[in-house]
Amino acid sequence: MNMRKLCTGNLLVAGAVLLAGGLHPSGQPMAQSAQAPQQPSEIAVVISGDPGTPPRYAVPDFIAASPDAAEAAKTITQVLWDDLAFEREFYLIPRDTYSTIPAARTPGQVPFGAWRELGADAVFFGTVSRMGGDVRVEVRLFNIRTQQSVFSKEYTGTAANPRLYAHTVADEVHQQQRALRGIARTKLAFSSDRNRERMVGTAENRDVKEVYMADYDGANSRRITTNRQLNITPVWSPDGRAIAYTSYRRGYPDIFVALIYQGLQQEPTKGVGQNMLPMYSPDGTRIAFMSNREGNPEIYVMNADGSNVRRVTNHPAIDVTPTWSPTGTQIAFTSDRAGSPQIYIVGADGLNLRRLTTTESYADRPTWSPAPFNEIAFAARTGPGYDIKIYDLATGATRQVTFGEGTNESPAYSPNGRHLAFTSTRAGRIQIFTIGRDGRGVKQVTRDGNNYTPSWSN
Amino acid sequence: MHYIGTKVGLVLVLLALTAGCGKKQPPIAQPSPPAPSGTATTAPAPPRPEAEALPVPPEPLAISEDAISGRSLEDLNRDSPFKTAFFPLDGAELDDEGRAVVTANAAIMRKYPTWMITVEGHCDERGTAEYNLALGERRAVAVKTYLMSLGIAGDRVRTVSYGKEFPFDPAHDEKAWANNRRAQFVITSK
Repeated sequence: MNMRKLCTGNLLVAGAVLLAGGLHPSGQPMAQSAQAPQQPSEIAVVISGDPGTPPRYAVPDFIAASPDAAEAAKTITQVLWDDLAFEREFYLIPRDTYSTIPAARTPGQVPFGAWRELGADAVFFGTVSRMGGDVRVEVRLFNIRTQQSVFSKEYTGTAANPRLYAHTVADEVHQQQRALRGIARTKLAFSSDRNRERMVGTAENRDVKEVYMADYDGANSRRITTNRQLNITPVWSPDGRAIAYTSYRRGYPDIFVALIYQGLQQEPTKGVGQNMLPMYSPDGTRIAFMSNREGNPEIYVMNADGSNVRRVTNHPAIDVTPTWSPTGTQIAFTSDRAGSPQIYIVGADGLNLRRLTTTESYADRPTWSPAPFNEIAFAARTGPGYDIKIYDLATGATRQVTFGEGTNESPAYSPNGRHLAFTSTRAGRIQIFTIGRDGRGVKQVTRDGNNYTPSWSN
Repeated sequence: MHYIGTKVGLVLVLLALTAGCGKKQPPIAQPSPPAPSGTATTAPAPPRPEAEALPVPPEPLAISEDAISGRSLEDLNRDSPFKTAFFPLDGAELDDEGRAVVTANAAIMRKYPTWMITVEGHCDERGTAEYNLALGERRAVAVKTYLMSLGIAGDRVRTVSYGKEFPFDPAHDEKAWANNRRAQFVITSK
């Protein structure tokens, strides 16, 4: 795999942190020590903005060392800008405001005066060179105040997916500068009818839905299933190597697991009732799901290999669409036992049931946030359609993050808990969008066909 | 207007009605013996392992020239003798109209005792995708339960929920939604 190759094989970290003086968190130079520390502390390299404001970042065009690297350089520049803007930890200076600043061909040519005049706190310098099918990307991040490089790395690997270098830089810069686990290298799994195939053998025209995966921003989409049936509700395994989903390939719904890097398929619930809506436990050892195997839609838990099936809910009403707490000890789900669909929480052992939503007319598809956030997102009926709301488990307060633009459903948290993917009809058909958990920063991810039930990888 | 996939010819309707209005038949038991020779019917039903059924043989088919039983499964389902039952918003209960539809469909199943069917539960887009998967199951099971109360053997009826994945009418209005909240009968073997 390209990604694995990049991450483990050919990833060369040439220079770690080039640092002569060091920075105080306030951005003020620290007192010069007698000699440069051998292991500069993380905090010494943090670039700050003016007090109370996020640091202002500039991402000028990466330099193509040869004409055949121009396309990759352009892609990396744009994707890095997008990735950094996505987390909203930095203020990304609009690129057109610095189109007149001369491009530096070498790190020594960075025009610090011009960048300071623009009000930048941090500026990238990058070069991209091609070596046959491979590419070498050199990246530095300069602190404008100190004119020192706080981040300096070199990556080599395949030229097939230049976006991955930008995603890697964005994640590493977020980690170094903000101690933030970025999501630039994460992926979305979802169900889509984008290949526009029709099912065979049905009386009516019915669209095939297959499972797809794509980068978090929608790029590099790849089809996972090819059975030309109904394949829905995919979810990532925590290690990102498997996608469990509901497939009707046998004419009824059952849970399948696609081992995407091995090209293998497993059917852990094979032959027992009808099973759907799988959800991996946070440690990946178990799968919660809905089954009618005992005659009624109930929540069950099994080991990931299908063994040790245990029933979690026991009520003649509908119990459906489970989600795990970050510790794997509790499960939230939807039940209509009180007359309308509402969100409930129960221990993974089936004990200590409690109702969560009490003021909604209809609430479905709970999604438990990862730590450190302690909240559950869900779709709530807010009129003719649905909006995404978030229930804060600490305070019991509910806040709304979408407001009636189309109908909005199927929320899924990013692994750092700061974003949600969801489906919306606001752009016409059913598409996947992402939004901050504060309701800001809506971004459309899919555009082709209809796209459903996103799941966000770790 | 509440017809889906049922551009039924008059003959077929009459067949269904005669079957439905005839004397109450006892529950049809499996296994079905092969139909008596001389009637142009389908291939004999495959033998079934269970032997616990009541020994009541189905009556010989009354019609020797049966336009329905001679057709392929695909043709049958495209121009189905079965009607579709409809449901209220967010509901899985059969109303009077729905029960009448299922009663008529039960009569067809009695008339063709070898037929196996799947009842598909469908929902409109006004419910959420995940809950609808369970609601569609509820609708299909409600139909199966009613069929069984009318004497149809449960092992002839499979249920499957498609949630809101396969709307019959892609429009976004009351008429479309009403058409999409449905239990659809599909013949899976005959």
